[in-house]
Amino acid sequence: MNKLLCINNLEKKYYSKQCETLAIKNLTFDVYEGEFLSIIGPSGCGKTTLLNILTNMDQLTNGTVTYLKPLKFGYMLQSDSMLSWKTIWENVILGLEITKSKTKENLEYVDRLLNTYGLSEFKDKYPQELSGGMRQRVALIRTLALKPDILILDEPFSKLDYQSALKVSDDIYRIIKNEHKTAIMVTHDLSSAISLSDRVIVLTKRPCVVKNTYQIKREKNLSPTQNRKDKNFAKYYDLFWKDLK
Amino acid sequence: MKSKEYILYLKKLKREKIKIYGLQLLILVIFLVSWELLSKYKIINPFLFSSPSNIIKTIKNLFLNYNLVEHIFTTLYEIFIAFILGITLSFIIAIILYEFKTLNKVIDPYLTMLNSLPKVALGPLIIIIAGANTNSIIVMALLINLIVGVMCIYNGFNNIDPDLIKLFKTFKASRLTTLFKLTIPASYKTIISSLKLNISMTLIGVIMGEFLVSRKGIGYLIIYGTQIFNLNIVMSGIIILIIISFIIYKLVVYLENKLIK
Repeated sequence: MNKLLCINNLEKKYYSKQCETLAIKNLTFDVYEGEFLSIIGPSGCGKTTLLNILTNMDQLTNGTVTYLKPLKFGYMLQSDSMLSWKTIWENVILGLEITKSKTKENLEYVDRLLNTYGLSEFKDKYPQELSGGMRQRVALIRTLALKPDILILDEPFSKLDYQSALKVSDDIYRIIKNEHKTAIMVTHDLSSAISLSDRVIVLTKRPCVVKNTYQIKREKNLSPTQNRKDKNFAKYYDLFWKDLK
Repeated sequence: MKSKEYILYLKKLKREKIKIYGLQLLILVIFLVSWELLSKYKIINPFLFSSPSNIIKTIKNLFLNYNLVEHIFTTLYEIFIAFILGITLSFIIAIILYEFKTLNKVIDPYLTMLNSLPKVALGPLIIIIAGANTNSIIVMALLINLIVGVMCIYNGFNNIDPDLIKLFKTFKASRLTTLFKLTIPASYKTIISSLKLNISMTLIGVIMGEFLVSRKGIGYLIIYGTQIFNLNIVMSGIIILIIISFIIYKLVVYLENKLIK
């Protein structure tokens, strides 16, 4: 697999009037094309900060992030962040509108995504008329509309109830694999990380460094919900749990 | 097809509404009748407190001999201008304060000072600067409604969901795009709600202005009544003012409900 991104000795410090906080220390890892990479770690260990640095929304203090080709990031936030005064269609094309890339081709692509993933009949509805899971799918399509090379998922299921989270993780996994996207997911939910990912990086608590990296091996590659029944699932769960302790 | 239980439920709701309206009306009737009787039998001083019948007579007299309609329209005109100017300026100033954080920090103590100053103290100064005319009244009303309007809209901007702001950052949206596509539409409800606050403040400002400087308007009538010791005119002015305020307030609430729907 081709490397897309190299993170080398990344360090991030925060400054406040009272103190200087070291959030990330000597973080080194690579991201490969087409993989589903999960980054897990205790809450507050600096996972979101890392994503912000990768997507240029925050500055690093030391170290390097090397992009091996020009990369376009698509960021999916914890909450679905729908604009309540806009319809689903208007929400989905928001990114295209802001980046001034509302071409016929892109609009057709969005239309196709909505059709494929069963949302086209809700185009003219408002977000508040849809369930949490559906809104999360809309949020993913809004991110995909910009045709990103890497999808960044920041705790995408944390605001959903358990059953919706399972269903949405299946949907999101299917969409990402069908569209052949690279994904980096940050989560504190071990089960989601094991069932969705090809590779998992476990971080320590703040200041975070890489504790361990796991290539996830399964008997068969099925949907995330079915992957939870895989015989290796419990083994990984125990390993991650030990790392996080 | 409505079920029997549902029809009963709707009837109950209607009955309750009628009951509330009935009680409200009853309070008004009791108040007016007691006022009339207490004044008629001189239990309260009729010279100081007037009476409903006297007020009606006075209003009729004001209408026929003192050009009451013109007074009412003068006040309404001043309210309208000060209100429109107030909301427009509040909106623009709130945007500037929100977008330019350093400027906001720099002028913050001055705004606090201006906010805590009783604006009526500026009255004489305003008269000298803006002249003894309608302009002074509008400036006075603006001084009162502006700060409250700005604070209200500015707080609305500050309460926008941080996730939505982050979403716009992920799209690398410019400040102008974020302002027009997120900040303003997301604060729509707050902006509309600030109208209610703004109209109350405008009313205070306009009447205060009319007390200080005017030859027309309801505020002028009240002051005029006091000067010639005709408390019937004062009471009539107050009653007319209550009716005007009530109607305007209801109009703004109606507008608010229409716009928010």
